Amino acid sequence: MIKKTLKLGAVAAIIATGAFSTVQAEGFKAENPHCIAPSNPGGGWDFICRTTAKYLFDLGVIEDSMQVTNMSGGGGGVAFAHVTKERNEDNNLIVAASMSTSARIAQGIYEGAVQDDVHFLATFGAEYGAIAVSKDSKYETLTQMMDDILADPKSVGIAGGSSVGSFDHIKPMLVAQKAGLEDVTQLKYVSFSGGGEAMTGLLSGSVEALSGDFSEMLGFLESGDIRIIGILAPERLKNFPDIPTAKEQGYDVVGANWRGLYMPAGASDEAKEFWKGAIMTMVEDPGFQETLEAAAIAPFNNFGDDMYQFVAGSIADVKKLSKEIGIIE
Amino acid sequence: METLSLLADGFSVALTAQNLFLAVLGCFLGTLMGALPGLGPANGVAILIPIAFSLGLGPTPSLILLTSVYYGAMYGGRISSILLNIPGDEPAMMTCLDGHPMALNGHAGEALSLSGVASFVGAFVATCGLVVLAPQLVKIALLFGPAEYFVLFTVAFATLGGISSTNQAKSAFAAALGLGVAMIGSDSQTGSQRFTFDHIHLYDGIDFLIAIVGLFAVSEVFIFLERHRGQSPNATNATKIGRILPDFGMIKRCLPSMARGTGLGFFAGVLPGAGASLGSFLAYSLEKQTVDHDGKTFGKGDPRGVAAPEAGNNAASGGALVPMLALGVPGSGTTAVLLAVLLQLNITPGPLLFQKNPDVVWGLIAALFIANFILLAMNIPLVGLFTRVLMVPTRILMPVVAMISFVGIYSITGSTFDVMMMVGFGFAGWVLRKLDVPLVPIILGILLGNQMEVNLRRAMTISDGDWSVLVGSPLAIILWLVAITGFVLPMFMGKRMKAKMEKSRTEGVSEGG
Repeated sequence: MIKKTLKLGAVAAIIATGAFSTVQAEGFKAENPHCIAPSNPGGGWDFICRTTAKYLFDLGVIEDSMQVTNMSGGGGGVAFAHVTKERNEDNNLIVAASMSTSARIAQGIYEGAVQDDVHFLATFGAEYGAIAVSKDSKYETLTQMMDDILADPKSVGIAGGSSVGSFDHIKPMLVAQKAGLEDVTQLKYVSFSGGGEAMTGLLSGSVEALSGDFSEMLGFLESGDIRIIGILAPERLKNFPDIPTAKEQGYDVVGANWRGLYMPAGASDEAKEFWKGAIMTMVEDPGFQETLEAAAIAPFNNFGDDMYQFVAGSIADVKKLSKEIGIIE
Repeated sequence: METLSLLADGFSVALTAQNLFLAVLGCFLGTLMGALPGLGPANGVAILIPIAFSLGLGPTPSLILLTSVYYGAMYGGRISSILLNIPGDEPAMMTCLDGHPMALNGHAGEALSLSGVASFVGAFVATCGLVVLAPQLVKIALLFGPAEYFVLFTVAFATLGGISSTNQAKSAFAAALGLGVAMIGSDSQTGSQRFTFDHIHLYDGIDFLIAIVGLFAVSEVFIFLERHRGQSPNATNATKIGRILPDFGMIKRCLPSMARGTGLGFFAGVLPGAGASLGSFLAYSLEKQTVDHDGKTFGKGDPRGVAAPEAGNNAASGGALVPMLALGVPGSGTTAVLLAVLLQLNITPGPLLFQKNPDVVWGLIAALFIANFILLAMNIPLVGLFTRVLMVPTRILMPVVAMISFVGIYSITGSTFDVMMMVGFGFAGWVLRKLDVPLVPIILGILLGNQMEVNLRRAMTISDGDWSVLVGSPLAIILWLVAITGFVLPMFMGKRMKAKMEKSRTEGVSEGG
């Protein structure tokens, strides 16, 4: 499922870091380019837009500086509807997207939305999910925690940065499913607004564990405030060989959150080529890769047809999962 | 000692000609943005981010520019509160209550400079607190779990009766209205829709800025339109400006208020779930209960009612940097934006920031001190200029207020739906004012309602539905005691208060007639 798409991604990543040449579409030039971050300033989507705006301008891919607009609402649904209904033919518009975008399309949270309503442009990074406990926790391994959950699902509170049914919630449910819990909706998931708040929930001892993205945990891991008892990656991370994967503890679950962009489906082919080339130029820049590394995001590149297949696969996976788990019918 | 030398290094970074220029620029722009309704600190900083980056500024200069804007906006919010009774941003709401009456009584200049001084004191002490206590303060923030946050918000609502209205029932009604509005939108716990009627613009609930600008600014315009009808427009405004600087006695009298406001505000700022609005609210309502048991002077232009919330909200803005820097958790919209800036500069806030990037942290803190002094120096002489606003004839001022409101709200989301909603709130505000229903509790309900609900539900999820979790820690019990005292005390005072109230009301009538 997710694993397969990730392998695909890993291949794409190798290609991207190695051999892509800068493709610039002829005959189209961005004028007053615009990036919509479908969230309030400060979130992950905002980071995508502002980073992209900065690098595209610095690298000279666009001549005018890119304006970033924050259009929060409906978990990105407001921006999605705005793009499809009002700016479907805008050649100069790109929109920040991530795993949440495809997950919400899959779960039908964006009213009547399907993948083809917009043109998914590219992914440029991804990060793995992880499950953490505070430094004084009695849990040394994911197995110990799962044993407690199997005995009494209500005994372990797990915090996450978004609502019930979100990817942060799905991740521990998948692990619990692999551990043999029959009704995974029994899991005690406590929803916080944002990964940072969820982290304070863990540190203040309100909950026993935290489900989130690895980058959000990095600072606290290094300071020794938390321990990561399982990372949902196919194998141990190169820079953090001490962190065990969930897989090696017997729970074959891989959860990756991708970061990327989409643009209006009705834009001209020249514009779509131009923006694809622009993002390709950006991912080749060492400075951009450093920015990603600092944010603990791994390179993960998909363009063109690969991107289409990747998003389609991601939507299908989440749909299947959500049905299995009982979040959607 | 080590702290001091680090701070000295910070100053050497911040005190270059370029950085000083950026600080002055930031303070000026921030004050301007803070003063304009709708454009608050969060938008102000967000708007300036691309400018900072396109100028090619390094991490420290960018941060200096943006934090100066942040502090400047917190200062500036009070200006329109005092002069126009329209809060420039949400924490400045409480300053309306006594600031505007002061302006009406001909003390606009004094109110502005006093609030400037109070802002300075609050921000200065908070920045010192940041220097000395940041790592320890994080531990306080971590004492607050969902249950404690719920009780903290209960304190705010329990002390509500003490403020603004002569009629407790109307205050309660207004708060309930605000809580009702807060329920609109996606339920953040489960993602299901509540009262959104499948309307996508309502999915994220109603932005409190729309409510504030609508209820305060637009309703003011409606009231003007109504009064204006059939009368000849009066060319000159009757309001006197009065002296510019308050006498030393007044400042001295307000110092204890500032101190209490600063303490409460800083405390509220340090808690990532509370923030500046709660800080200024608690500063005001507790100040009122401390020095004005009878409800005699507060709400009618008491300088202490200006000093306490202004010190409170500026102290909170300093306090809010503690969880942002040390935990990477933004306590407010503005600190969320600053967090984004840090991330873009390849600086990850978190427990290791103070060790890893001391130059950035101490440069930032030094910049805060500098911004603070610049703001004081800039604001006091400008009081004379600001007060000229009152000389502008209402028939010119009101269209300008309307224009700023529309542009400000449209700039937040770029959606005409929000603009229509703002007009709707304006109409509601006009009706409520006619009915003498106070507006502040409505905003408080909208601001805090969601947080209060979400924390209660988190606490319930964690405890598996066991209500005793709400009194499960010593901290929670202390907060309950504060809440109960705040709620009950005014009742005992009630009888005395009512008599005084009647008396002052008849006095008011005779004066008016």
